[in-house]
Formats: sequence, structure tokens, C-alpha cells
Amino acid sequence: MAAATKKYVGQPLKRVEDPRLIKGIATYIDDMTLPGMLHVAFLRSPYAHAKINSINTDAAKALPGVIGVFTGAEVNDKCGVVPCASQMPDLKNPNHKVLAGGRAYFVGHAVAVVVATDRYVARDALDLIEVDYEPLPAVSDPQKALEKNSPLTHPELGSNTAFTWTLANGDIDAAFKQADRVVHQCMIHQRLTPMAIEPRGCIASHHPGEGTMTLWTSTQIPHLIRTLLPGMIGVAENKLRIVAPEVGGGFGSKLNLYAEEALCCHLAMRLGAPVKWIETRRENAMSTIHGRDQIADYEIAVKKDGTLLGIKSRTIADLGSYLQLLTPAIPTLTGLMLGGCYKCKAVRMDVTGVYTNKMATDAYRGAGRPEATYAIERMMDVIADELGLDPIKVRQKNFPKPGEFPFNTPTGLTYDSGNYQGALKKAQQLVGWEKLLKQRDTARKAGKLFGIGISTYVEICALGPSKMMAAGGWEWGCVRIEMSAKVTVITGTTPHGQGQETSFAQIVADRLGVPIEDIVVMRGDTAVAHYGRDTYGSRATAVGGSAIVMCIDKLVAKGKILAAHLLRTKPNKIEFRDGNFFIKGSPKKSVTWKQLAPESYLAKNIPPNFEPGFEASSFFEPSNCTYPFGTHIVAVQIDRETGEVTFVKYTAVDDCGPQINPLLVEGQVQGGIAHSLGQVLFERTVYDENAQLITGEFMDYAMPRAKDIPEYLLGSTVTPSPSNPLGIKGVGEAGTIGATPAIANAVIDALSPLGIRHLDLPLLPEKIWKAIQQAKGSQK
Amino acid sequence: MIPSSFDYFRPQNLDEAVKFLSQHEDAKVLAGGHSLIPAMKLRLAQPGTVIDISRIGDLSYIREQGDKILIGAMTTHHDIESSALLKEKCPLLPEVAACIGDVQVRNKGTIGGSLVHADPAADWPAPILALDAELEIAGSNGRRAVSASEFFVDMMQTAVQPNEILSEIRIPKTAKSVAYVKSAQKASGFAIAGVAVVIFGNQTRIGVTGVAAKPFRASSVENICADVEPLNDIHASAEFRAHLAQVNARRAVELARSRE
Repeated sequence: MAAATKKYVGQPLKRVEDPRLIKGIATYIDDMTLPGMLHVAFLRSPYAHAKINSINTDAAKALPGVIGVFTGAEVNDKCGVVPCASQMPDLKNPNHKVLAGGRAYFVGHAVAVVVATDRYVARDALDLIEVDYEPLPAVSDPQKALEKNSPLTHPELGSNTAFTWTLANGDIDAAFKQADRVVHQCMIHQRLTPMAIEPRGCIASHHPGEGTMTLWTSTQIPHLIRTLLPGMIGVAENKLRIVAPEVGGGFGSKLNLYAEEALCCHLAMRLGAPVKWIETRRENAMSTIHGRDQIADYEIAVKKDGTLLGIKSRTIADLGSYLQLLTPAIPTLTGLMLGGCYKCKAVRMDVTGVYTNKMATDAYRGAGRPEATYAIERMMDVIADELGLDPIKVRQKNFPKPGEFPFNTPTGLTYDSGNYQGALKKAQQLVGWEKLLKQRDTARKAGKLFGIGISTYVEICALGPSKMMAAGGWEWGCVRIEMSAKVTVITGTTPHGQGQETSFAQIVADRLGVPIEDIVVMRGDTAVAHYGRDTYGSRATAVGGSAIVMCIDKLVAKGKILAAHLLRTKPNKIEFRDGNFFIKGSPKKSVTWKQLAPESYLAKNIPPNFEPGFEASSFFEPSNCTYPFGTHIVAVQIDRETGEVTFVKYTAVDDCGPQINPLLVEGQVQGGIAHSLGQVLFERTVYDENAQLITGEFMDYAMPRAKDIPEYLLGSTVTPSPSNPLGIKGVGEAGTIGATPAIANAVIDALSPLGIRHLDLPLLPEKIWKAIQQAKGSQK
Repeated sequence: MIPSSFDYFRPQNLDEAVKFLSQHEDAKVLAGGHSLIPAMKLRLAQPGTVIDISRIGDLSYIREQGDKILIGAMTTHHDIESSALLKEKCPLLPEVAACIGDVQVRNKGTIGGSLVHADPAADWPAPILALDAELEIAGSNGRRAVSASEFFVDMMQTAVQPNEILSEIRIPKTAKSVAYVKSAQKASGFAIAGVAVVIFGNQTRIGVTGVAAKPFRASSVENICADVEPLNDIHASAEFRAHLAQVNARRAVELARSRE
């Protein structure tokens, strides 16, 4: 028997993906060219709301190199409407078509499409299209949209209310009656633009002979697109191949089927040539989904010792002007996580989904959960402030204890496992809690605005059991040991930066006992990964990795049968360890995959009824979601004169269960915190009162940059999940969920000596400065 | 970038560039490309002709001449940031250069291109005004020099005429008692209130950028914005800009004094 092989799981390996990405030799959509390929450009409405009286495309069509110019009148009856998978009772859906028909209802709404022999001609032709717009009143503010005399985003729907949704459990009235105090705060979760560094783009190619369509698209969800696209373009699922090549960031913005993708497929069929569309940055800012945009009133009933009794929230969710794939579902995810990591018997959340003349909102990094976590964690500080209690003690008082898991929440979830106290304690140790408190005292005595913020978060990951998901929540995988004993792993998840080409190889290398260099992980092509539910909701490793584990178990069982045959014994006498199949008690009588694989493929010396080859595929259905958790502790200092916030300390302890690759975990947490930092301090999508987009470029939309990022002190605890065989919880969104309230709480804590209790995000220097001025004024 | 179509010339020297410029009415000069190209990308600028002066080597230099330092208009921000001569004899310019954009911008963008573009929030106008620099402009009738205060005419408008090219920036040598303090617009990195201070003996000169439609020399340290109307946009209200200008002026003066 070989000496114990090196274990890969748990090692901070660098990604196998990195060299091609760093060297610039990875293949993104815009790197691809097909013979005879045409180029597509969209003309988009500069108005938030306008009647389209006429469109004259004659001059554009006459431009040399232009193959075709099409308006809604020419394509909308040939393509289905953009799908929305969220089934809400009484949902009013405007049935968004691929191009605007008689009316454009947001800035960026595509009104015509040009196809030309090159991208420059296509763009020039846009300037030659004459559209007779008749501007109509538009609404930008969701609260105003609910007023009686508001302009209607969709007059045919009769009101701007898309749906109302209520989540209620426990005796909420009794909770509020018993309360010593009701703590109230309104919060705005500002609209954000995902701004993936690679905008959207696609190439559609139709084979008229085969009747097949191939769509290469920058997406997180090639498999879901394969499920949804037939309804839009009339090509059957089994004649569709969807490929997501290298994808330069998604963050939820590419968890969608967009009008442009379907229209490009239609144009490829109609014109008999492949077509390519690459989104510009400005288009990305105005016509790729936005995130957040909720206004919510929170009321929490508490006992004077800080015990939570009931949580109420009335939320207005700004959906934008139409529904993308999951638009109405996002605020419902907020509802499910309303109570955070606390025991509370009664909850009630009322959501009103509202149409405004803006881009649709949808899943953006954290998708509904950051709103919930920000609200409850901000509220815990407000409660502590009102009751004169230590914010840490208020949290501890309401934590379920480790022995209370699985823990049923009043919102209907079952938290799988947890040790919230443990993560908090570890974060306090890591940051040097007592010393940090002293540092704050010293700074405050010197007249400085110094604050410490904390968040103890829980989130929902590994989406999820199929009963929760519109299109199923299982995951598919396939492992093939080739004749050469090299290993090919195929996953139905669609990693686009998360690093599963590396982490899945680590899992497989350990479990099959093969060198990691011998493993290739394939993904993102429905012709290769036949089925899958793709990557979102921090699900790929927990759910997709588990499908791979199931495949390995099947291969090992099969390997034992062949090994027994070759070693002239019975399969139940064979033991498998570190890549060796050996007879129990006689480790020298062994065979490895290198011997088994060719035997199985050549199939000349195999047992009766033994199927040649070594390939297994599996669907894994999780029993529950997973609930990662952790504690973030942040210290900041504020420049009293300019309102600028500077980080003094950033500590996070995240528990995502066992870690396959700690380097990837750390990368995910770091990226998530960076996103949060942007959300807390400066990111915001601004539409003016006429719903004109103001932040349509990087000149006006502030993103976090390297120099904004503080030094992180990161740690972890490990509480396995019982929901999957790997015990993994997921970590893709943890950073962004945990960090937002921690940073905001630190800023408010710094301002608290001035009597400031809450400010809405983003905490721009001017907002902070004005709050300080006002506080000074009221103290005089 | 998908701009509208244009003719492209790459002159070998400044005289040729000026000649091309006078021959083409709707021509634009391309220097480092960090102002013109974004505008062309959005088709806000659609010049019929682009005259690319980026390869005219004799416009990129930093040299000493008597009590002045001469800087070629095509000198990049990075070259200024890293110039030992400037660090020693006019440290304000390297200090300002380090605040511009990011490394990629500084490697390509030029001081001349930025000055001629005259974005009211650009960094260079503040030190150019505080240093009372002299700017040399080349035209078909030879070269002329203007003072910094004559150079900036209005938002996006300078003393450089459509058929002229900024060729050289001449700055006085200074002591170490200089400073630049800037509040940046978070998205673009441009100044919301950038204040450059030069202390010459008992004279304190203050150049301000980002605050008003055109950069200015402050006439009073006590009230920096006394003579201007501060801009108002989503990134900062007029009130906050004026406040930041005042705070940054005080901080810049204190910093410059601490370096004396």
C-alpha cells in the first residue's frame, strides 16, 4: 500500500483558473468570432416614459453594411415575453416584450435593433433611426407611485401596485401588547447597480439544416436559460445548446434571461447568420438588473431586558418597470430572513411591490437577505440604544443556543446548525475586544468620532430543496475516469469566478486518491453538462459538490467489483483507501485506478454483467438549505470636518462549515466585504424625479477600489451542516450580508455621542457632515 | 470604443501638428487620450479629424532653465509624479500628480491634455494657479505665452484657440512649503474641492479647483469662495463644496507651513 497520500481538501491552493485569467488568455464572449457573424446594436429610449408615435428606419437601412433594422412591430409577435419565475398570488405582470411597442417605459428600454456587418456600422446606424417620442409623465419614487394621482408605469394595469405579500406567524398582537417597549425605525435600502466588470453579451448561431440553436452568453445560468428559452424563441429544449464561456462577474445580474438574448436568437434564425451583441457600459448601467431598492418601516416589540417578542415590517419594494426572472421574489427572501439569528416568536411582514419607470430590480449579491440582515442588525443597535443596554448583550440574550438546532424560525425556515455565540466570541478575541473598547474611550476623550460596529448574521445558502425553487433546487454532476485514469469531472453548476474548477478537483482528488493534476473540471456548456441548476445563492459547492460526491461513491463501488474480479476475491472483501483497492488484511494485494480503468474500457477481462467504462452521474437533492453565520466587528473613525469615514479595524469570523479551500473562502469573504463597503459608504443608483438615470457611468457611479479596502483580519469557526454529505454551508454572499450592518453600525456608533441614532445608506461624507451640523445645532 | 468615424493624422513635430490643425476645422488634438477618448466613446465629441500628437517626443520633458522649470505639454502625470528634479525644486507638482486618477491614468494622461481640456474638477489647475505658471501656446504665427490666470477662461474653455496647441508649462522653483489637499468625487476621483497652497516668504498663494465652473486663485484665506458661485450636483451640494474648500484650504496652509 502506498504511503498516505497528501490530502487536498482544506489546503489553500491557488486556483487552476488563475493563470489563464491573469495572462489574458481566457475566452470571454467578446473574444469569439464565428464565420459570417453579424453585429447587433440596440437603440434605447432616452425617456423614462414616452409614447412612440412612429419609428423611421429608412436612413439606417440605407447605410452600407446594414443588414436589417427591426422595431417592436416587426419582432414582438415572433418572440415570447421575458419570463418571470416568481409565482405570486394576484401578481400583475406587464408582460415585457423583447422591444418596446407603442410605449417606452424606462430609460434604456430598447426600441429598435440594428444588424450590420460590423459593430461600427451598427452603432452608426443607431444615429440614423428617427423615433417620434411623445414624452409622458414618469414616476421614479416608489412611495409617490402609490399615491392616487401618480403617473402609471403601465396604464393598462390600473395602478402601480404589482402585488402585495404578507408573511405572518405567531401572535403578533399579543407580542406587541406584552412589550415593555416598541422600537421603531424606517430604513431605506438604496438601489445599487451590479456593474460586473464584463458587461453582458452573446452570440447566437442557428443551424438551419439541424434546426439547432447555439447561444454563447455571459450568464450564470446556461441550464436555466435552456429551460426557459424555448418559450421565447420556439426552438425545443433538446435543440438548444447554451454555453457560458468565461464570465467576468455576475453578482446576480447574470442570473436572468434577458430580452436581448432571445432577440439575438430570433435574429440569427431570421437572417440566417450568426449574430453577436456586446453590451456597452452605459447599457449595462441602464438595462441590466439593479439590486435592493426597498423602503421599510420596522417595529420591534421588546422586553426591557432586550428580549425580542415580535417583529413587524411594512416594506415597499421598488420593482422597476417590469419583471425579470426573480424580481418579485427578492423581497420575499428578505421576509424569510427577517428575524436574523434571534429567537422571536411572532413576525409579520407586509410587502407592496411597486412599478416605477426604472430598470427592473432582481437578485443582486445577497438578493433580499442583505436587506433583512442590515435591518435586524441595525435594529439590534437601536434597541440597545433605546434600552440603554450593551448591543452585544442584547444579541447574546436572543441567540438560540447550539443545542437548540435545528432551529425553527417563525418565518417558516429551519436553521440547520449553528453556534452564534462561538463565532461572536472568536471575533471578539481576534479583534482584541477589551483593547478596542479602551481605544474608543481614549479617542472619544480626545474629541475624536470613533465607533465600533458589530453584526452577528445568519444567511440562507445552498438553494435549495426543490420544493422551495421554481425550477428545482437539486444539482447534477458527472465523474468519468478515463481509460488513461485521468479524471473528468462535469458539474451542472456554472462557476464564474468562484473557483470550483479548483475546489471540486480537491474533493475528487482526495476521494478517488488521484493526483489533482490528473483532474479536469468542466462546466458551463449544456452540451457537456447535460443538466444543472447553475450558480447563484451560494449553492455550487454545497449542492453541486455533493452531486460529485455521489458520483464518486458509485465509481468506488464499481471499482471494488472489478478489483475483486482481478484480485480473485469477492467485492465485500475489497477495501478502498487513497486510490488503492486491496484485499482486507492483505494490503499488498492491490490494484489502482491506473490498472482498473484500462481493464474496464478494454472490457476483455471483466466480471459477468459488468458495464464497461467508468462513468457515473448523479442528481443531488438537498434536504434543507444551509445557514452560514458569523460575526463582523468594525472600528471606524470619522473626520468631523469633512464627514470622511476611515477604517481602523476590520475583523470577520465566518462559519461556512468545513472549508474545501480556505484561500477561496477568504477571497469570497473579502470580495463580499468590498461590495458592502461600497453599499455603506458611497454606492447608489440615482434616478432623478423624472426617472432619468444620473449614475449611468463609472464617472458618476462610485465603486470600491483597492485603496478603499481596509486590512482584514479574518477567522472562522466550523459548524458542519447536516443538509449535505460534505457538511458545507456556502460562502459566496456571506461577506456582503455580514459586513453592511457592521460597517453602518460602526459609523452610527461613532456619531452616537452627538445623539445621532440612524442615517440611511450610503453614508456619504456630506450626509454625515450635515448630520453633525444638525446635531450641533440642536445641542446649542 | 465605438466612436463615429474620423480622419487620423499623426504629425512628426509640433509645427506639422499646428499646420494640420489649421487645415481641418473640426479637428481635435489627441494627447494622452484620457479626456477626448471617453467623450468620443459616448459620441459627446465627434471630431471629423483627430491629430495624434502622442508620438511627438520633443513635447515630453522636464528641465531646469534659470529660476524656472520647463515641462513639455505631453509629459505624463507619472513622469511628473516621479521626477527627482521636481521633487527637489517644485514638490507641489509631484504631490498633485500622485492624486490624479489611478496608475493607468497617470501613465497615459498628460499635463497639457488635462489643462487644455479644462475640466473644472481637474487637479492641475489648482497648482498651476497657485504657482502662477506661464503657459506657452504654439500657433501658425509662432508661440505666445499666457499667465495661468489668463489661461483658464471658463468651464472647458481656455486661452488656447482652435488652431493652437499648448506646448510648454513654465513654473517657478519653490521651497518645500507647498501642499495640495483634495476632497475627491468618489466615482471619478476628480476634485470636489482641491486646494493647492504655495507659501513664498510672507506671501501665501492659493489655487482652487473643483469648486466652481472655473478654477480660481482665492483672494482671501478667510473666505475661499468669496468671489465664486460653488457648483451643485449629486456628488456635493454648493454648501458642502464651499465648506470643503474652506477646510481644505486651512489644512493645506497648515501642511505647507509644517514643511517650511
